Amino acid sequence: MNIEEYCGIWVFLEHKDGAIVPVSLELLGAGRRLADKRGVPLSGILIGDGVKGLAAEAITYGAETVYVYDDPIFYHYRTESYMRAVIACVEKYKPEIFLYGATSTGKDLASAVATDLATGLTADTTMLDVDAETGLLEASRPAFGGNIMATILCKKDRPQMATVRPKVVKALERDPERTGEVIEEPVELREEDIRTKVLDIVRHTVKKVRLDEADIIVAGGKGLGGRAGFEMIGEFAKRIGASVGGSRDAVEAGWIEHSRQVGQTGVTVTPKIYFAIGISGAIQHLVGMQNSGLIIAINKDSNAAIFQACHYGIVGDAFEIVPMLTEAFDQALREEVEHG
Amino acid sequence: MLHIVACIKQVPDTKIIKMNPKTNTMDRSSAPAILNPYDAHAVEEAVRLKARYGGKVSVVTMGPPPAVKAIRKCIEIGADEGYLITDRAFAGADTLATSYSLTKAIEKIGTMEPIDLIICGKMTIDGDTGQVGPGIARRLDIPPLTSVNKVVELDREVGYAVVHRKLEDGYEVIQTTLPCLLSVEKEINEIPYSTLPNMMRAARYQPVIWSVEDLGIVDRTKLGLKGSPTIVAKVWPPDKPKGGEMLQGSSEEQVNRLFSILMNKKELFHKSGATEEGGVQ
Repeated sequence: MNIEEYCGIWVFLEHKDGAIVPVSLELLGAGRRLADKRGVPLSGILIGDGVKGLAAEAITYGAETVYVYDDPIFYHYRTESYMRAVIACVEKYKPEIFLYGATSTGKDLASAVATDLATGLTADTTMLDVDAETGLLEASRPAFGGNIMATILCKKDRPQMATVRPKVVKALERDPERTGEVIEEPVELREEDIRTKVLDIVRHTVKKVRLDEADIIVAGGKGLGGRAGFEMIGEFAKRIGASVGGSRDAVEAGWIEHSRQVGQTGVTVTPKIYFAIGISGAIQHLVGMQNSGLIIAINKDSNAAIFQACHYGIVGDAFEIVPMLTEAFDQALREEVEHG
Repeated sequence: MLHIVACIKQVPDTKIIKMNPKTNTMDRSSAPAILNPYDAHAVEEAVRLKARYGGKVSVVTMGPPPAVKAIRKCIEIGADEGYLITDRAFAGADTLATSYSLTKAIEKIGTMEPIDLIICGKMTIDGDTGQVGPGIARRLDIPPLTSVNKVVELDREVGYAVVHRKLEDGYEVIQTTLPCLLSVEKEINEIPYSTLPNMMRAARYQPVIWSVEDLGIVDRTKLGLKGSPTIVAKVWPPDKPKGGEMLQGSSEEQVNRLFSILMNKKELFHKSGATEEGGVQ
């Protein structure tokens, strides 16, 4: 492999319901910074059915070129069809770095592409940098359950690929003045070449709350002792209009479902207020919530690591503190109603 | 006969592992080695499919000799046979090299008995990548299906399966040809207590152990550290947060102080007290 032939930073532009997903816009922001540092172009690759219009949107967020594969065969995301488009595009234009959102689609696609291209792929990256001279991507991620951070390099193969966690890098301000080029690529795939079919897509009728979009999260951990503890914080959350989350221990104990797990193997959240109640603060939890606006910790153990990561801490029994806090909100609410 | 291969890994329990603060390395003795929790669900799903359709479940792993213990755990869950590939040449493998070695083992298992389905856990708790499963599928040139949380039906004769793939807000129903590879979510099943006969069989079970030589034609440049495009350049402890203000006084005083702090962000709280979801489900 001649590494010199590979040039430019790429971002896989994932889209949903007719819009580019936030993490892809964030990656255009990060990609722009890497591209400027290296002095190389930033491009996006957009695959779908009727998605050409989104290319202009990617340009307003920093892409100079957008490669588009627009065909009914791409109506649903399928590993095999998308992978073939991506591989064809990489082989044609040879980017040096290729970033994907660490979403289920991004991870699925990147894993398959990396195998066929026999190149390195770093999963769930939380920090990105590039060496301006060598062009080496420095992809850093929590490892061993978040106990350490590791910087991963891919020295001899290209493109250097990484999936990047949502909300760890910032998108640029949308700027309609930015200009770029949209290149439509030929699609040489036939339906009969694809071995999977999407028969149906079922959306949950009750709209599940996206924890990563919540303004306030009340999260509980092992210290809550059981489902009763979660009922208690659920009551508090309901009172203040918050979503409920949990630590890995609480999820593994079955007190709360996995989709609400905050942390390294769960969701990364950045609410305006995060309550950590009965959560000790293992690193794998902290990496999932440490960028929250205001972190309040309540824990019996004054040595709990969570107190090092919070803005305000209360050492005390959650079963005493939380009902008092709930009552304080109730009272404020009553007064507000009375005084109109 | 339906032949399912589950790929598993023995991992240190990262939940309780201790780090050596001086060297930034793991103190492996501090953490027991366990069967990767996601893989237990993969094996359980294979066992359930066997119960539904008849057939055989084989498990395969790459690791040091003590990984036999993880295979025994799979036998306890109900797997029929276990294969351990172990060799110094595999050491230092990243996900690309790991998928190559496991593929070679699976190909060999397949020559003895054709394989209809491969099941992996969503990811391992030490690597946290989820990349090996799809990698194996690509190398075998079979469809990879990740985030699977239900196997609806499977027909070996016609050669297809229907599964659910979990989405952020629901699921998709996918039809695939067989053989294929599934990476499964934990929620796909619950693992019951092991039966006594399985436990007894597991206690005595000796898996088939293969070294590189046993795997047939292997490109040694694709193994272990040599075959790994990625390298760990640096490890460091995560930033230590500096800590916040500890509220003082009686519980009541602390709550009052916290409440006034929160009231500075009053606009965030729902006045009606209604939530968008009605609490925890």
